[in-house]
Amino acid sequence: MKKMHSNKLHIAIFLLPALLLFVGVLIAPIVMSTYYSFFDWNGFGAKTFIGLSNYKELFSSNAIGFMKALVNSLILALLSVGIQLPFALWLALKLGKGIRGERAFLSVYFMPVLISTVVIGQLWLKIYNPSYGILNVLLRSIGLDNLAKAWLGTKETALGACFVPTLWQYVGYHMLLLYAGVKSVPPELREAAMLDGATEGQVNRFIVIPYIKPILKISMIFAITGSLKSFDLIYVLTNGGPLHATEVPSTLMINMLFLRNRYGMGSTIAVLLIVLCFGFALIINAIFREED
Amino acid sequence: MAFFTHGDSLPDNKHGKKRSGKLGGGISYGILLLWALINLFPVYWMFTFSLKNNEEIFGENVAGLPKHWLWSNYSTALNTGEMGKYFVNSVIVAVATIVITLVVALMATYAMSRLVWRGRKMMNKFFMLGLTIPIHASIVPIYVTLSRLHMLNTYWALIIPYSAFSLSMGILICTGFMSELPYELDEAACIDGCGVWGIFFRIIVPLMKPAVATIGIYTFLQCWNELMFANIFISSSTYKTLPVGVQALSGQYLTEWGPIGAALVMATFPTLFVYIFLSKRIQESFIAGAIKG
Repeated sequence: MKKMHSNKLHIAIFLLPALLLFVGVLIAPIVMSTYYSFFDWNGFGAKTFIGLSNYKELFSSNAIGFMKALVNSLILALLSVGIQLPFALWLALKLGKGIRGERAFLSVYFMPVLISTVVIGQLWLKIYNPSYGILNVLLRSIGLDNLAKAWLGTKETALGACFVPTLWQYVGYHMLLLYAGVKSVPPELREAAMLDGATEGQVNRFIVIPYIKPILKISMIFAITGSLKSFDLIYVLTNGGPLHATEVPSTLMINMLFLRNRYGMGSTIAVLLIVLCFGFALIINAIFREED
Repeated sequence: MAFFTHGDSLPDNKHGKKRSGKLGGGISYGILLLWALINLFPVYWMFTFSLKNNEEIFGENVAGLPKHWLWSNYSTALNTGEMGKYFVNSVIVAVATIVITLVVALMATYAMSRLVWRGRKMMNKFFMLGLTIPIHASIVPIYVTLSRLHMLNTYWALIIPYSAFSLSMGILICTGFMSELPYELDEAACIDGCGVWGIFFRIIVPLMKPAVATIGIYTFLQCWNELMFANIFISSSTYKTLPVGVQALSGQYLTEWGPIGAALVMATFPTLFVYIFLSKRIQESFIAGAIKG
């Protein structure tokens, strides 16, 4: 038995497909992307080594507008942590303490997560449509004609109009994670606090929330890295327009690659995104560790 | 559940507080209901406008049930919009991805949790890195490699990356389920003359059905809805999947909303259908993926 189970050939055969797939598609490309980011390259011709020039250009050039794209995604991250997460937590606490229709609410709230972002994007395009969209129809029907506008086509409103569906779609995701946490709080803890006369708010504040801190941490990491990586909805709704008002790093990256054939610069954005995501994850981990 | 009875038997001096609590409870229940409506409305609206003509959608009947059920929108989306083809493509890609992810993840998990060798824990940690790597990281190298191998515009251009990005999750879920199987099973099978392959295929795999279901569902959802890879690696309409197809269709039918609605319903309904029957399992797979990762 022992011998058979530590046969090197068997181990290699069982492990090899996974290792090939994983290293080939996930690990090697990170190395390659980093390598490409030091070159000026149109994807097919010769590469010219330019050191850190791509990075310098990215942070200094107003024509590319990377800083603006980064700020946009950071605003989304801030809204996500400031509005989406607290609301998801509130929903999770309400459902988690046991309420009529708990399962039904849970299932309905989680549903948007499962629908393709393209479908959600197309629906919101229709909601925002300047002439026939439900939003403007509604505003006109209650006499607020002057508020009706081309939500996605106006520079001032486009970013907000992109963020609303993005935040809406994933409330259910965070709620589900937090709900699982709330449900894992031992009932004795709750009971004891209730017996001592604690109100619902106090129970949540002093027992449930401290108990689910590890999940709050995960939710926060997902909210921030998800915002930095956001692509699908913005691509469908505006693709970064009008006049780059809704550009985020991912839309910028795709434009660099497939409109301008700047593969080196596209890779630079990809590398920065990975670094930012891992960086934020580490920072949030550190903050939560500090608190304990 | 027990704490409800405690709450009910609280002493009488809490009466004032209780009444205000009730009012607050009413308000929060109202918010819960309102939020449920906000989540249901887009789906309802999508279903209804997929069966309407422009006159109804644009004015006569914006949010009501269709007056004339216009099933022809669906045939338009299927025939002129080629949604049938995109649907089949999505199914092919999803099924192949699920099969590959399952086989590869089961094998690797078996090697790391049942076979004995130094470094197997490290190897597991290595695979778990995949849970945090964004797909952006690999888009340029994969695109360049695929185009050199002349594999852009094939099913494999999506199946291979999708399987690779589902792998970590697959191994995570498999490890959880496989570690619950007692090691005596392997020993007994070994005594009965089973080799490593026999133990794997005849003993372990049949016992992993719940893991298979969870991974299958999770992987299905990931590749059914994926846009970025599908949009970049596939430009020929022969191999487009639903998300890209829906995008293309909405470009064709800028002024006619009915067929677009029909396409959106076709892209969404398989997911919702599965969700109705397996909502609990789907939710659990998302929780497992997030909390252990």
